[in-house]
Amino acid sequence: MTATLTPVKKRSALTKGQLPKWAPYLVLAVALVLGAAIMALIGFHAFGWGLVSAILFAAGLVGWSGAVEGSRKAKDKLATCLVVGSFLIALLPLVSVIWTVLVNGLPGLTDPGFLTTSMNGVTGAFDNKSVEEGAPVVGGIFHALIGTLLITLVATIISVPIGLLTAIYLVEYGNDRPLARSITFFVDVMTGIPSIVAGLFAAAFFFAIVGPGTKTGAVAAVALSVLMIPVVVRSSEEMLKIVPNELREAAYALGVRKWRTILKVVIPTAISGIASGVTLAIARVIGETAPILVTAGFATSINYNVFSGWMASLPTFIYTQILNPTSPSNPDPSSQRAWGAALVLIILVMLLNLIARLIARAFAPKTGR
Amino acid sequence: MSKRIDVKDLNVYYSKFLAVEDVNINIDAKSVTAFIGPSGCGKSTFLRTLNRMHEVIPGARVEGEVLLDGDNLYGPGVDPVTVRSQIGMVFQRPNPFPTMSIRDNVLAGVKLNNQKMSKGEADALVERSLRGANLWNEVKDRLAKPGSGLSGGQQQRLCIARAIAVEPQVILMDEPCSALDPISTLAIEDLINELKDEYTVVIVTHNMQQAARVSQKTAFFNIAGTGKPGRLIEYGDTHTMFSNPTEKATEDYVSGRFG
Repeated sequence: MTATLTPVKKRSALTKGQLPKWAPYLVLAVALVLGAAIMALIGFHAFGWGLVSAILFAAGLVGWSGAVEGSRKAKDKLATCLVVGSFLIALLPLVSVIWTVLVNGLPGLTDPGFLTTSMNGVTGAFDNKSVEEGAPVVGGIFHALIGTLLITLVATIISVPIGLLTAIYLVEYGNDRPLARSITFFVDVMTGIPSIVAGLFAAAFFFAIVGPGTKTGAVAAVALSVLMIPVVVRSSEEMLKIVPNELREAAYALGVRKWRTILKVVIPTAISGIASGVTLAIARVIGETAPILVTAGFATSINYNVFSGWMASLPTFIYTQILNPTSPSNPDPSSQRAWGAALVLIILVMLLNLIARLIARAFAPKTGR
Repeated sequence: MSKRIDVKDLNVYYSKFLAVEDVNINIDAKSVTAFIGPSGCGKSTFLRTLNRMHEVIPGARVEGEVLLDGDNLYGPGVDPVTVRSQIGMVFQRPNPFPTMSIRDNVLAGVKLNNQKMSKGEADALVERSLRGANLWNEVKDRLAKPGSGLSGGQQQRLCIARAIAVEPQVILMDEPCSALDPISTLAIEDLINELKDEYTVVIVTHNMQQAARVSQKTAFFNIAGTGKPGRLIEYGDTHTMFSNPTEKATEDYVSGRFG
């Protein structure tokens, strides 16, 4: 005790028995060096180095903390290590995917005419020439981009009214009636429908009412809306549910009819959440491949009409370019186009997520004074 | 522009549960009537039956008659929306519409019903209602700002302005001051005093001093025990109710011996 009373003491009595602030960095450095040494013994490998260092770091920090700070702090450090470790593991595939697509897709994306031309008239001869003589890769994804945007747009136009109205019924009128409960159940079932089944359903549906072999953008849009509707219902339902009942009662007490209350009070209050939910539902279906393959086929030329003719889309474009390269003997130009299309698709999804956030912010109830 | 309310043999049910039993009460026009009583005794439930707001809760129903100047609110073919536009309500927690500005909140009753109104008329209505709610001077420079940015007391007065903008006959208030500080409470009590010159006001309160301060008549509700229905025990002049009640239970309650 005398030592703690001397004026030269450096650390407060309240903070004794704690590891210094720099302890984790020291342990990290030691773990990295030790990890490198172990890896040098068994053959160096970047992934293994990270793994071994992480284990050494966790063990070292928890052990040291246990010795100095006691078991409660040691458990705290162990939990922190596990949480951060899981986060890094979850992030790893995402970063890796983005990196791979960026590296492989940029040459295709920066190719002149990639975004503005279609594959109409592009034959294997052009690809062979570009590989053998170094000519630029010709052909682009304009037709697929148009197809993806049109099909998704039509799917959204079909799904949003149906989904939103269903959600309004469930929240405002359902009252836990048998009909409402069965709708909730079937919406949950629909969420789990494999996308190829949705595609087959749409194909069979149009086969029955229009004629055999009907493959158009509209059929694909119907298939996508089968996948989209449950997502829209679910997200809109959650958003409508969190609108406080007090606001509905306030409107009723002013002598406002129920449908006007829903239209002018409930939906405006929830619109930011609904809009971002819809945008996320679009992002969810924009990359679907299988249902489009069986409903819209694949085209090499530009088709602006969703109601007639086969239509290309980005996912099916990637699929066909990889599986059936334009020039079977020289698949590299096709694979470059496929990676470029993949990059465009990821950028589209990222833009949609960004738009969802902007919409949510723009529509959010104002709080300014 | 105010009407009296007469209630005859009213029973209120939530599904099969009888919540309030056999209420007979005559509420005078152009006066303030206070409902007091312990929590759960059915005074808020009863208040909500006076403008058919309790119907919003699934399973709720009533038996008996509520007469607004002789017209039964529960008569066949009566539209609850018509009833509510004549009998306004202010709730326990201030609930301005978060998506609307202060001005739009006041005009909510008009705008939500899509009634056409010229800008001049709307401006006049906003000013009249906000002055009526003693809020005009505090918000006149920021009518376009959202209503949720006001303080709790200001929000509650905004809700009162919103209620009087539709020019009702009666204003029901369900514990309007229970979420407010004493200064805001005083502002609302002053307001209630002014409102009674034009409107019939019915107020539910847990604060007996408040009932004594603002009301001309007081009704005491009580409940015999958990699961039993609430009843109207005694109804009379506020002065008598607080100084010389006839019922023992009323005396115990107002003197603070229980509840």
